[in-house]
This record gives sequence, C-alpha cells and structure tokens, in this order.
Amino acid sequence: MLPELGHFALILALLLAGLQAFFGIAGPALARERWISAVTPAVAGQFVMVATAVVCLAASFIGDDFSVRYVASNSNSALPLFYRVSALWGAHEGSLLLWILLLAAWTVAVAIGAARLPRRFAARVLGVLGLVSFGFLLFTLATSNPFLRLDPPAGDGVDLNPILQDPALAVHPPILYTGYVGFAVAFAFACAAMLEGRLDQEWARWTRPWTTTAWAFLTCGIALGSFWAYYELGWGGFWFWDPVENASFMPWLVGTALVHSLAVTDKRGLFKSWTLLLAILAFSLSMLGTFLVRSGVLVSVHSFAADPARGIFILAFLVLMIGGALALYAWRAPLLKSSAGFELGARESFLLFNNVLLVIAAATVFAGTLAPLVSDALGLGTLSVGAPYFNPTFMLTMLPLMALLPLGIHASWKRGRLSDAQRTLLMTLAAALICALGLAFGVYSHGAVLTPVGLSLGVWIILASLVDPLDRWRRGLSLSRAVLGMTIAHIGLGLAVIALTTVQSFTLERDVALAPGASTSVGGYQFRLGAVEPIEGPNYGGLGASITVTRGAAVVAVLKPQKRQYWVQHQLTTETAIHINRGNNLLVALGDDLGAGRWSVRIQIRPLVSLIWLAALVMAIGGVVAATDRRYRAGRVAAAAPALAPGGEQPT
Amino acid sequence: MNRFLLPLAGFMLLAVILAIGIRHAPEKDIIASPLIGKPAPNFALPDLADAAHTVRAADFKGRWYLFNVWGTWCGDCRAEHDTLLEIRRANVLPLVGLDWKDDDAQARAWLTQLGNPYAVVAVDHAGRTAIDWGVYGAPETFLVNPQGIVVYKVVGGLTHEVWTREILSRVPRQPFGGS
Repeated sequence: MLPELGHFALILALLLAGLQAFFGIAGPALARERWISAVTPAVAGQFVMVATAVVCLAASFIGDDFSVRYVASNSNSALPLFYRVSALWGAHEGSLLLWILLLAAWTVAVAIGAARLPRRFAARVLGVLGLVSFGFLLFTLATSNPFLRLDPPAGDGVDLNPILQDPALAVHPPILYTGYVGFAVAFAFACAAMLEGRLDQEWARWTRPWTTTAWAFLTCGIALGSFWAYYELGWGGFWFWDPVENASFMPWLVGTALVHSLAVTDKRGLFKSWTLLLAILAFSLSMLGTFLVRSGVLVSVHSFAADPARGIFILAFLVLMIGGALALYAWRAPLLKSSAGFELGARESFLLFNNVLLVIAAATVFAGTLAPLVSDALGLGTLSVGAPYFNPTFMLTMLPLMALLPLGIHASWKRGRLSDAQRTLLMTLAAALICALGLAFGVYSHGAVLTPVGLSLGVWIILASLVDPLDRWRRGLSLSRAVLGMTIAHIGLGLAVIALTTVQSFTLERDVALAPGASTSVGGYQFRLGAVEPIEGPNYGGLGASITVTRGAAVVAVLKPQKRQYWVQHQLTTETAIHINRGNNLLVALGDDLGAGRWSVRIQIRPLVSLIWLAALVMAIGGVVAATDRRYRAGRVAAAAPALAPGGEQPT
Repeated sequence: MNRFLLPLAGFMLLAVILAIGIRHAPEKDIIASPLIGKPAPNFALPDLADAAHTVRAADFKGRWYLFNVWGTWCGDCRAEHDTLLEIRRANVLPLVGLDWKDDDAQARAWLTQLGNPYAVVAVDHAGRTAIDWGVYGAPETFLVNPQGIVVYKVVGGLTHEVWTREILSRVPRQPFGGS
C-alpha cells in the first residue's frame, strides 16, 4: 500500500508543481492577482506531497519491502538500519527523489523569505522554481519511478553497493545536492528579474544570501566526496579529475565567480549582464552534471546507474530550461547599461580578474571533461584526459588568481590607488615568503620549484586577509558579518593552498611486500606487519591486518587495515587505516596475498592532507557567516517599498 | 549581431554534441564491464565432473562460447536454468560454467536434478577467476568470440528474449559440433 501512496503523492506533486509554475509565471504577466495568491499554497502542497513520497519510500526500505524493485535492488535484510535509510539515495531513482525533496525544501524557504519581496517578483521566482521541479518530477515519474513493484517479490535484496556503505558517503549526496539545488534559487532570481525587466541591482542583493549558502553547501559536499575517495578507494588520492568529480567542481568554480560578481552588482551596480549570465551558468552546470552522471554519456568510476533513454529526456529538459533562460538573456541583457565606471587597480577590476580567471578555470575543466565525448561523437577515436592535462592548466589560472587576491582585498572601490595599502601588502608578502621558505626547507627537506611559490601565496592570502579585520578589532570598531565571513572564507582558501602544495610536494608512497613479523621504513617511520587474520562484520567477512608504526623507539600507532568481502554482492572493498601524527597522515592499505605468507602493503605518508578538508570546512563556515549578515534582511524591508508602485515594470 | 546571443548559440552547439554523444552511448550492460572488447581473462581451474582434469580459457580458443557464472546458492541462477537448457538444445555454441564459491557435491546434485546445460564446468572456490572477470554478482554471462575477445555481457538472469535478441544475433549461425 505504502509504495502506491508514495507514487500517488508524487503524481500530485507533479500537478502542484505545474500549477506553481503556471500561476507564478502567468499570474504576474497577465496581472491576475488571484493567480498570484495561489502560488504559495501550491509551493506548500508540493513540498508536503514530495515529503510524503520520500517517507513512503523510506518506510519501504526500513521495513525491508522487497516487492518494491528499487528496494530489492539497493537494500538487504542484513543491511544495518543507518544504511537502509541512506540506501534511499544509493542509486539513480532515489537520488532524483532526494534532489526533488531538497528543491521543494529550498522553495519553501524562498517562499518564506520572499514574503518581504515585491509580490509579483516573488511569484515569478517561485514560478521558475516550480518549472524546475516540474521537469524533475516528470523525469522521475516517466523514466525513473522508484515505486515500481516486483512480481513475484524478491526473497531478499541484492544489497546496497558496498562502497556506498560508509558514513561519509551516506551524507555526501544530501549536502552536495543542497548546494546544486541552491543554485536553482539564484537561477530563479535571475530569470524572474529578466522576466520582470527589474534589472536594477536589487535582485542581486536579494540573491546574495541564497547563493552564498548554496556555495557553502557545495563546498562541504565536494570536500566530503574527496575525503571519502581518499580513505575508501584505497589508493589514497584525494582528487582524480573524474567526470563525476568535475561535474560538481564546475558549478563550484562558476558559483564562486557568481558570489563575487553579485557583490559588485549589489555594491556598485556594475557587471549586471555578466552576473545574470553567471547565475544561469552556475545552475546550468549543476544540471549538466546530473546529465553527464546519469545518461551514460561519460564512463566514470562513480557511475552506478546510467541509461541512454534517460539521457535524451534530461537533454530535452536542459535545452528547454537553459536554452529558454539564455534566450531570455539575449532579449533582456542588451537593455542593461552601466553608468558607473572604475579605474584600473580599483577593487572592481580585481573582481573582474577573479571572475575571468574562475570562468577560464571552469572552461578548462569543462573542455577536459567533454573532450572524450566530442572526440567520440566526431569519430576521432577514444580519448582519455587525466591529471597530466588538468593539473597544469588548472594551475595556470589558479596561480594568478591567488596572487591577485591579497591586492584585491586591499584595493578600494572605484579608485585605482593601491599606494595606501602598499606598505601592508609588502610587509605581509615579506612575512609570507619567510614562512614559506621556513616550511619548504626547514620543516620539510625537499621540494619542487613551485613549492615555495604555493606556500608563500597561501600564507600571504591569510596574512593579507587578517590585516584589516585585526586592525578594526584593535581599534574597537564593529565588524559586519559579511566582512567577517569573507575573511574566514579567504583564510580557508589560504589554508587549502598551503595544504595542497604540501601534499603535492612532500607525499611519500611505497608499495612493499611484507611477511608477518617483517618491517619496512618509510619517511622516518617503521612499519611492522603483525598477524593477518579473518574478520567478520554484520554483512561482510574478510581479512584484517595489524601494522605497528614506530618512530625511533616510540610506538606511534597500531593500524588495522581490512579487506572486506560483502556477502550478498561478493564485492571486495579496501578499508584503509589512517593515523595522524605530527600533521602527517599515515595511510596503510592491505593488498593481495602474494603467496609464501607475504602480503602486498601500500604505505603513504601525506603531510597536511587533512588540512585540505578542514580548509574547505573553514571556507564553508565563512560562506554561512557572510550569508547571515544583517544587511540582507534589512535590505529586503527597504527594497519592498518600490513594490507599492504600479506593476508591469518595463525598462525603457 | 547581438553579442548577447552568443551564450545561446554556444549552448545549442553543445546540445547537438551531447545529442550525438547519447546516440553513441554504450548500452547499459556494456558500461558495467570494462572487459568488453578486451581478451577474456585466462584461468586454469579444476573440472567439476573430474577434479583431476583442468579447464582453461585457452581450451575454447577458435570458437564462440558463453561463459556463465553461477552457484547453487543463487536464486536467479535457478530462474535462468531453463533458458540455459534451451541454449544447450539450440546447439549453437557451448556453455562454459563457472561454479562460483560453491559446494562441489551440491553443484553436482543440482546438475543431475535439473539437467546439465554446460559443456564443461570450472570450479572457482576461491573466487579469484570471478574477480578477474569482474563479476559483480551471480548470475553473469559473457559472450566470447573465436579470437578470445569478450563481445557482450549480461548482468543478471538470462531470458529467452536476451538469448535470441542479444546473443544469437551476434553469433554467426553454425552448429558448434563440426569444425
């Protein structure tokens, strides 16, 4: 009964999303007040229906209802309860349902927040969001229904893919999707502004907190995914430039550009058409990511579900949504005129550089991700693009971006005189150089040419970000949340640069063959293999090793890596064991039985690798702090005033 | 020309490329196996019927065969068994079984009771060969050509439909008995 109820709720949600889109877009256009009034109830109803559907599916998972095909394919009676819930988004159908739920939740949040916005504008924003919901609901019901029944029911399920049975990966999709879906809000604001012709800078101010929040979630989501790949995939890398990873990274790069360009549009009324384009682009890339992952167009280690028929549907949807938005842009953007100018060396120009570099970075990632596809489509043969392409091209844009950041922070709006900040900048740069050289040649003993460059840029970013806030604090002046959040995020970025440089320069890696009792020495640590013994978990068996790590005479840690075999799917997974000592991540993975009692063991020492994820978290916290600035809330009340003027606003 | 039309034009070009990409997108089952188009992994395993005899992948070089991974513990293998018997009767190509992580006595009893569709069954107690073939879960079936290249893979139980539409259509019609 429950699955049918869920299915029915999903159909009702589709109808309500259709009404929400129709009333939200047609109501303001035809000036029908009663239609506009119907939008908010439709939003609430849609959320309730989607939530009902999710609860029904979750109940089928928890209750082991293997007559539901999706449950039978992704769960098992031996699966622990926690993973039975997270199995809900373990495959394609459920991921879509999760996406829809999060979109519905964001829409409700926007509906509440938009109560202070001009009535028609708010209706249009909700209408555009309704259109997005409608598309995804239709897609789910038509091609990816999670409520289909099996007849006869399966005796037991085939289990959740074992590599997904992991706490970090259980929470990774909801956080990542919250970020993706959040860009839908920026997209909706941009489309509403274009539909209405209200292309002043107000829409930018209204959009800022939403975009920054979405960006913070996306940052966290990407970091979690990278963290999972580091310890679960067993080879200790933290970023593989895999199509699925790139699919989340491109919206992040463009989203970062958007966060900055919105600041310029909001504060100075510049970059208006560019900001609109970025808002469209950020969400387009989020949807394109879904398309790439779900259509089977690109083969990836992460693609758990792929189907060309679904690909055609998503592509048609993309063409309608993105094509529609870009057509709207081509129609409206020429009406925009910027009156204000700025000098070279003013903050505006640094933010312009920031935008250009970030978009170029996103474009290079885009080109590398799609090159295999284009080459295949044109019949040029199969091509594979990896780190040798991505690393240098990415560095090419990131190095100048990092170098310009400290200058940008200290530049003033409109006027291009950096001389006031010259002393501060030189002092912090000198301090950064000293720190970097100390790190590169003091703490660690070797390194490449770029090592001191990367380290000094990282330290410089942090020091330069701290100067002004510390100065204000010393003088007892208040610090707005927006500035505080920006400072925290930039410090996070500096930390990330330092961590990435250190990891890339000073990682030690050894694959050794060890018999129990034998030991090997890597980077000043001794690794001694103890016994290799059978282990047993709730739904898996396997082997566990015990490796004692010593430094000098002292025991640093006893690491217990495992090889697990999950009973139902017979899949092997590698569970690495990690210990952090003096900022170094000691990672040990148990490899194959080499015969004669010897085992292959992978040992890696990565300095400061944990700092990468910590830095991402700091950046995300900065985003959240900035999004809660009082100014946005106050700004909304003030902005509501012009709404009293008669509607149908068109620029001339 | 209106420069604000450029993003739209760029996007439309991309949409065309993606549309071509979808048409080229490999089928669902093929994505699941990186082995398609590659040589079938070699193995040397004891014969279920006679443990002293060794079954090797090389034994089948020069002809089409189906490599079917099964076990008596697997419910779907029971479900596909009738299709396997049908394939045996069709006499188009031999079925090579891989009895995966199974009890030999039970496996022999199963074949006696239900009928034996296999030309030969290799016994994989340790599961090493199944790992080499990238087996995700039983049953799985691989179609291998006379050059020893994996041509097609079916994940899950074989059905009459898959047999006629996907497998038979890929194999030139010749009974495998005569050479």
